Amino acid sequence: MWLAKVIVSYKTGILDPEAKTIHNALISLGYQDINKVETGKYFQIGFSDSIDRDKAKELTKQACAKILSNPVIQKYTFQLEEVSK
Amino acid sequence: MKFGVVVFPGSNCDHDTYHVLKKVVGAKVEYIWHKETTLNYFDVIILPGGFSYGDYLRVGAVARFSPVMREVIKFANSGGLVLGICNGFQVLLEAGLLPGSLITNDHLRFRCQDVYIKVANNKTCFSRSYESGQVLKMPIAHYSGNYFADKETLKMLEGTERIVFQYCSLDGNVIPEENPNGSMLNIAGILNEKKNILGMMPHPERAAEKILGSEDGLGIFNSLLRES
Repeated sequence: MWLAKVIVSYKTGILDPEAKTIHNALISLGYQDINKVETGKYFQIGFSDSIDRDKAKELTKQACAKILSNPVIQKYTFQLEEVSK
Repeated sequence: MKFGVVVFPGSNCDHDTYHVLKKVVGAKVEYIWHKETTLNYFDVIILPGGFSYGDYLRVGAVARFSPVMREVIKFANSGGLVLGICNGFQVLLEAGLLPGSLITNDHLRFRCQDVYIKVANNKTCFSRSYESGQVLKMPIAHYSGNYFADKETLKMLEGTERIVFQYCSLDGNVIPEENPNGSMLNIAGILNEKKNILGMMPHPERAAEKILGSEDGLGIFNSLLRES
């Protein structure tokens, strides 16, 4: 079975106040060398056995573009993995 | 003139909106369940505030795919009047009926307070009862009301008079100090290109009776009634 592992995150330049707050917390804990934090969402999408790799890729792209991300503010990346049930 | 108030799972300003339209304004109004697919007997559709579908994924993102929204999009594209308040505004943006997006407030706090907004354009079906530049007092109650759009979109919104409301001071100055959420250009409400769809973060339905502290929101409902 093919499994898509999707990460949706903010585009460069979009304010990510949550990341900024987490970054500030890390700095206050003494992690001065951390100079960047980004937040995002992680999704796993599993496909039926009849779906091959190309089809899984196509369906994942559609899901990302239509609902998992908002293209105005977010970008997405994904990896496909074949897993045994 | 018949109003329809859409009820999504998690809507919580639907009753307030219905009450104001029926009891205060005296208009014909009905609830529209989110599974409804026939909207042709309505003149104005209102997407109310709340937390549709628990704000899962992104605010407004799941409501956008409910059966009623397919019909709202058709209704809007054929020129029907649509008003989205707070979460309703977020749904309209996710549906692509309005440009831009509403992201988390810049200070990461839920803001529930009265704000002042300036009528930047009173030549619309939604704001014609107001004077140009009039300052209105209305409450906001949101965590994701920070309006974002790219520079070209902002320039286009300004150039085509599609910004209807902007956060301002009591005396009408649109200044960063009066911006409650980080919205670009202090935007509190915008129109689509055809100007038949308005999305706004403040709640006019919570400012429509004197006993609630302000009647400034009534102008929006009265403006829509004047359309008939």
